[in-house]
Amino acid sequence: MATPASVHAHAPQGFIRKYIFSLDHKVIGIQYYFLALSAVFVGMLLSILMRVHMIWPTASLPLLGEIKPETYLALMTMHGTIMVFFVLTTAPQGGFGNYVLPIQIGAPDMAFPVLNMLSFWTTFVAYMVMLAAFFVVGGAPLHGWTGYPPLSAIPSAGPGEGLGADLWITSIAIFCIASLMGALNFITTTLDLRAKGMTMMRMPLTVWSWFITAILGLLAFGVLLSAGILLLMDRNLGTSFYVPTTMVNGVMTWHKGGSPLLWQHLFWFFGHPEVYIAILPGMGVASQVLSTFSRKPIFGYRAMVYAMLSIGFFGFMVWGHHMFMSGMSPYSAFAFSLLTMCIGVPSAIKTFNWLGTMYKGRIRFSTPMLYAIGFVSLFVSGGLSGPFLAQPVLDIQLHDTAFVPAHFHLIMGVAAIFGIFSATYYWFPKMFGRMMNETLGRIHFFITLAGTYAIFMPMHYAGMAGQTRRYSQFTEVAFLQKLIPLNTFITWAAIITVSAQFIFVINLFWSMFKGPKASDNPWESTTLEWTTATPPPHDNFGGVTPVVNHGPYEYGVPGAAKDYVMQTDPPTGTSH
Amino acid sequence: MADATLQHDAVGHGTPGAYEAPLFGAYSKKVGMWLFLASDSLTFGALLVAFSYNRIYTAWPTPFHVASITNATIMTGCLLSSSLTMVMAVFAAQRGDRSWTRNWLLATMAFGTAFIVLHGMEWSKLIGEGLTLPIFPKPAHAAAGELADISKNTPQFPATFFGLTAMHMLHVTIGVIYLGVVAFRKWFLPVLGVLWVVGFALIPSDNVFHYGIHVLLIALIVATVILVLKPKDYDAEDVEVSGLYWHFVDLVWMFIFPLVYLMSTKIM
Repeated sequence: MATPASVHAHAPQGFIRKYIFSLDHKVIGIQYYFLALSAVFVGMLLSILMRVHMIWPTASLPLLGEIKPETYLALMTMHGTIMVFFVLTTAPQGGFGNYVLPIQIGAPDMAFPVLNMLSFWTTFVAYMVMLAAFFVVGGAPLHGWTGYPPLSAIPSAGPGEGLGADLWITSIAIFCIASLMGALNFITTTLDLRAKGMTMMRMPLTVWSWFITAILGLLAFGVLLSAGILLLMDRNLGTSFYVPTTMVNGVMTWHKGGSPLLWQHLFWFFGHPEVYIAILPGMGVASQVLSTFSRKPIFGYRAMVYAMLSIGFFGFMVWGHHMFMSGMSPYSAFAFSLLTMCIGVPSAIKTFNWLGTMYKGRIRFSTPMLYAIGFVSLFVSGGLSGPFLAQPVLDIQLHDTAFVPAHFHLIMGVAAIFGIFSATYYWFPKMFGRMMNETLGRIHFFITLAGTYAIFMPMHYAGMAGQTRRYSQFTEVAFLQKLIPLNTFITWAAIITVSAQFIFVINLFWSMFKGPKASDNPWESTTLEWTTATPPPHDNFGGVTPVVNHGPYEYGVPGAAKDYVMQTDPPTGTSH
Repeated sequence: MADATLQHDAVGHGTPGAYEAPLFGAYSKKVGMWLFLASDSLTFGALLVAFSYNRIYTAWPTPFHVASITNATIMTGCLLSSSLTMVMAVFAAQRGDRSWTRNWLLATMAFGTAFIVLHGMEWSKLIGEGLTLPIFPKPAHAAAGELADISKNTPQFPATFFGLTAMHMLHVTIGVIYLGVVAFRKWFLPVLGVLWVVGFALIPSDNVFHYGIHVLLIALIVATVILVLKPKDYDAEDVEVSGLYWHFVDLVWMFIFPLVYLMSTKIM
């Protein structure tokens, strides 16, 4: 592709403008990605410490010594928060969305490049503030990633609830602002900067998923911001929005008349869409990859779009299903339960379409494809327990057991992570100009898939057998004695699975410098990012704006010269 | 319209080419502002939900006298008038009349400032009469009386009142400064600096705004950074976008005024 020199002339020179405070969406996307990569290792380390503590509660660990019960709660809080905000929200949307979305719609950059840079650096500040909570007096907070008051609202309620909790809430508030800036940018870019011919219904499903995720983020994070501000006021300005008349450690607090339920409503009004913020980009990537590697058009493109839109829509109406235990009115529980079941319909449509896409395809089992299939597998396994938990009667039994962590780890945790892995293996050649190692990729995939199921499947049964969640230890509880071998197995599975992630990291960094050079379109994909150079020039298309003539997934078109038709190929007349 | 999008936003990136027509023909800055307002309305929405939630589950006091309601009505009048002058500013900008754009923006800022000052005086009066939060500095002669009892017995009342109106006042303050930057660019910075210094000097230290005035300092720093990094002449689109923000802030007040004031009045 011709690249006029004039275009490169205004690409930024100098290390700082080029790699640190860059306005280029591609650099910002990679920055987001590495922030998430560092966060995911912190999060995994915390989870391993928790698993070890559950099985060997009195073990003395190097550097840390014996983990105290309150430390366990702090580990749990920080594991959840870091994973949800700085990994599952950051990597798929901030990372890949930033890098790929403008290229896939034929734009030279995001609509607001400066805002884009600000949103990354604001996220970075939020991450640093969050990590700082480990190192202050009292340590990290104990209130879980959901931060329920009164525990989270009263500084004297526990060791981490002083400065640690203030830092935690501040970090969340900063993160909200960063996400709002990002979401605004994504939506504007998608609406205003599509190349000629890139109509809404020709956008790749990845673009649709980032677009819908951004809408969810735009509407959800504002509410969390408000909720967080009120919580900070309760802690520091002497209000009592969330705290009723209450007693802490035998001392009456001066709080009066607030309602902890208010926080739960506000938090979950954000919290449920947040689940979809984590998983929707994974759905987009799975659709893209399954279609590409099955060499078939995606089955039911429009149905996929409408399914994602309705998942986003219903996502805002089901927050109450996290609160069946809260003493909420059973009539609202009924409504929330019914609406929650409704989400099963679009989810099933999507699964059906993914399977339909693969059916009779000429499947190429490259690593991105394996991870996309793994995504579908985990989405189904984790999703099937959703309708269980959507029923208040069953939920009340299962809610505070290990069943719920098993459910949400499978679906929003690991399924979303599989989406990220699939995206990494798929777009790595475009991002770094080199191919990743396939053998290491496959080894990594099979260990991770087996490990994931080994960790989380038994947790369902442990939950049904009555093993509580959030408790730091259960080895002394008589009726749970029989579950100790199962939990030991889970802990070992977790240790092995986490260790296997180093294969991925080695593959990532080794391939970045030593991998074989990638061609412009190594996967023979059809979307716009594969029409440009590898890695793409500063303005993505070297001074020209592509013209789109085809839908995003025209594989195996009868009568075409190749088995795929690029979106920019000349129109064929029969194409829609 | 599509070309306008590129020229304004993807500045310096690539050459303008053919793009799909944007939604409703809106340029990116305008779409961005609409989206910001959508999320900000959710932020205010959550605060209003918190207010309503507390109000429903608490025996809610109705302490506002004729004086408070009159004052709040005048404030409402200021904001409504400012919306009109804002519309005039946008019209003037669209027909390219620079001096009238500036005049109408100045009028809008004057109404906004009047709103803030009236609101600040009312806050001080209520705090003096005993409607407080624990962290507020105690005025020299803090009164005992109805409002002091309310603060003691129904802390939700001062908490929601000050929480909601502070958030709104912050938005109005940002709005006035935003309009000032659009209308006068770097010549507005010294005005802001003087306002900050004079305000800090004049407001007594037992008044809550003695600390609140530092918002102006933060705004001064932010505005300076923006004007230094991107010195430009603001055009009709910028005026229109700032107008969107201003009307939104007015609109929020149209929720706060009835909910917080009119529904808590003694006047039947």
